[in-house]
Amino acid sequence: MTGAGFSAAPQLAILLAGIALYAAAAVFAAVFHRHKSVLAAVYPICIVAAAIAAGASLAALLGNTDSGFRLPLGLPVIGLHIRLDALSAFFVLIVNLGVLTTAIYGLGLDRDRDLSARVEPFFPAYALAMNLVLIAGDAFGFLFSWELMSLTSWVLVVSRHRDAGNRHAGHVYLVMAAIGTVSLLFAFGGLAGAAGNYAFDAIRAAPPGPLVAGLVLAGAIFGAGSKAGIAPLHAWLPLAHPAAPSHVSALMSGVMTKVAIYGIIRIVFDLLGTPIWWWALPFLLLGAMTAVLGLLYAVLDNDLKRVLAYSTVENIGIIFVGLGLALAFKASGLSAAAAVAMAATLLHCLNHSWFKSLLFLGAGAVLHATGRRDFDGLGGLIHRMPVTAAFWLVGAMSISALPPFNGFVSEWLLFQAVLAGPAFPEPILRFMSPAVGAMLALAAALAAACFVRAFGIVYLGRPRSREAAEAHETARPQQVAMALLAGLCLLGGLFGGVAVSAIQPLLQTLAGAPLPATGTGPTPFSLVAFDAARSIYDAPTIAIFLLTSGLLVTLLVHHLSGRRTRLGPAWDCGFPDPSPLTQYSASSFSQPLRRVYGGTVFGASETIDMPQPGDNRPASLNVQLHDYAWELLYAAPARAVVGLSARLNALQFLTIRSYLMLVFSALIALLLIAAVWF
Amino acid sequence: MNHAYDVSHLLAGLMLVASFSLLYQDRIFAVLNIFAAQAILLSMAVGWEAWTQQRPHLFITAALALCLKGIIIPVALHKMIVRLGVHRDVEQVVGVGKTLLLGLALTSLSLMLVLKITVAADSFTREGLALALAIILLGMLMMITRRNAVTQIVGFMSLENGLILAATGARGMPLVVEVSVAFSVLIALFVFAVFVFRIRERFDSVDIEALENVRGDTK
Repeated sequence: MTGAGFSAAPQLAILLAGIALYAAAAVFAAVFHRHKSVLAAVYPICIVAAAIAAGASLAALLGNTDSGFRLPLGLPVIGLHIRLDALSAFFVLIVNLGVLTTAIYGLGLDRDRDLSARVEPFFPAYALAMNLVLIAGDAFGFLFSWELMSLTSWVLVVSRHRDAGNRHAGHVYLVMAAIGTVSLLFAFGGLAGAAGNYAFDAIRAAPPGPLVAGLVLAGAIFGAGSKAGIAPLHAWLPLAHPAAPSHVSALMSGVMTKVAIYGIIRIVFDLLGTPIWWWALPFLLLGAMTAVLGLLYAVLDNDLKRVLAYSTVENIGIIFVGLGLALAFKASGLSAAAAVAMAATLLHCLNHSWFKSLLFLGAGAVLHATGRRDFDGLGGLIHRMPVTAAFWLVGAMSISALPPFNGFVSEWLLFQAVLAGPAFPEPILRFMSPAVGAMLALAAALAAACFVRAFGIVYLGRPRSREAAEAHETARPQQVAMALLAGLCLLGGLFGGVAVSAIQPLLQTLAGAPLPATGTGPTPFSLVAFDAARSIYDAPTIAIFLLTSGLLVTLLVHHLSGRRTRLGPAWDCGFPDPSPLTQYSASSFSQPLRRVYGGTVFGASETIDMPQPGDNRPASLNVQLHDYAWELLYAAPARAVVGLSARLNALQFLTIRSYLMLVFSALIALLLIAAVWF
Repeated sequence: MNHAYDVSHLLAGLMLVASFSLLYQDRIFAVLNIFAAQAILLSMAVGWEAWTQQRPHLFITAALALCLKGIIIPVALHKMIVRLGVHRDVEQVVGVGKTLLLGLALTSLSLMLVLKITVAADSFTREGLALALAIILLGMLMMITRRNAVTQIVGFMSLENGLILAATGARGMPLVVEVSVAFSVLIALFVFAVFVFRIRERFDSVDIEALENVRGDTK
């Protein structure tokens, strides 16, 4: 562990082999970027690398491996620590499953139309960087890989740089990534303390005092939280994630946000020492706000990929609430409840990486088939892209937390943890946990509304544009990728109990106890939160019940109504005009929600532009929304910086004597300070 | 041994007096003469230090100071002024009284500062360092208050005198550094001279106001 030798566990060695394969693919593709065949070869190599890495990390997770070594690279005295423990392994698994499926999706990309030297060499580099963040064993390695991850993903965001919107997204992303890394730098500086030992083992051995710990917590929440997309810092995310090619969007949204969550868990649960109860407050407040806000944004937006990005913001909020509850329970000594909250958090990370990747890949298929991602140009795709529609429906049901899919498992566990809230000794937490629970319930309902709307507008009804009417089903490898993810969503939903027992050792380390009553349920697959008498979710049984009852009802309805399908004219009172514009639209679906929440959250105002009698132009209803997160936290500081630099620009045009005077006054001021200070 | 302190403080104090007279002296040849006197005082101070502390390499520093700054630079500047034909009085930006008051304030600041933060060091180094810092600050003040390019050069050179004084007072400065500093000052003089002649050629004046106007973007 401390020596410079190469005594790594076999899991770590195999994982490093997979990571080396990513590096090889990136270099290979960068060198021969003129050859389309080489660019196309990136994806098979990535599939192999991801399979190796995922297998190794699964083995490490199940074996509760803790292995590492030190390389004489990096900073002179510190070196570079490589470390694989159960927490790293869990997130390495998330990352590489995401890379595996998105690379399979990449196999189906059109060689002439889609492959580009701006994307394919950076795809494995991005995967490499995310893996490196997770296995870094010191602050330097962590921050270096974190920056590498930001930069490679930035290159992918601006890969279609001819679009001014993408350039803007890239700019905002780069600025936010830099600010976030600086904040993390300070957090690690606080952790390292005056001794300046940046290796995680040394930090763990000497955790900081309460004041420094609070500052480190703030730095970590700001730095890693902004990368994860926590409100109100989230405004870069719905710009940057959709701007990348769709399979990269899937990675950014599904996987990279989890790497940011890993950073927070590593710092707060591992390095920061014994938790204090108030550490949970920022997580709970920000998490609940993010969950609801993210979905309100999502439900009002009319761009398919941006809706998915906003929904990522919401899920990060849910994960934050889970982290906050786990922290609060752990600090209060309620380790069983902490284990439930932590299990919910970790499972939600895993689940969200699956269904969000699935949804983004589906959106990519739609975008590829129609060239559009605005709701007003889509519709009726279930007839033209039935396979994509079916898998997307699975993703939408998972993300809306419907049983028997996986989203329900983690949200159910989270609500179990919320219900344990009355046990808190601190009154603030006792009052907050039901409030947070109510916010989560609201978010869950809004999520369902959001995805009913997205699925209904994109896949049902009639096409709203010529492109949507002429859409085609997506390529076979892309269907396979979506099928894999949809299968994972279903399996994760059915066998959540198995997944929880796999992460028991991890829960022991992070929360202080494993889940108390695993395996005491009536069937081997039932998930038990606290005890089998009151909190139990038996997914396979419920699935069988849903399946049989659904089948029975279908058979009954068909039996009663007759099997013959008749085609007849549409009822004319409901359908006087065949134009697709008469359909229910995305905006009309979200209008009630906008009326309810828009005024307070978005400062919404509606104006009706009614022409005078005799005027021929059409009347219009104009809705104005304010994005306060953008206006107050992004635009206002940017204006301040620009204004200040415009003012300071005068310093460029002083006379020589004024410059001498400036230097002299600065010197005198410093001397005065020294004279007063010492 | 008391003589060692007294003489070295006397020489450093005289250098400081020379700095003050540089501040208010408005005739250009007088400025040069005072500068030469300051350099000679510097070489004496360094030589005294070499003698009392048995650090013979400081004699080289003293000789360099005497030759370069006591003789060569003043003579070169003298010739330059004659060739430029600027025998007229130097004009000052701030009034003499204010400048001298400012100089007094700077001197007391450096005394306060150095005496306060070097309590642990021996008094020989402390007071020498305080006087050297005062000379440096006064040199900078002279550079700011003068508009004539030649007197600005003198201000810079006088600042450098203070640096040499501080360096010899603080033990352990290697000879090679002192020698290279001395020669770099000489090279700086050449560069300054070339620039001053270019400025004169261009604007018929060595007043740096002319430089400010030519940039066109100043207020």
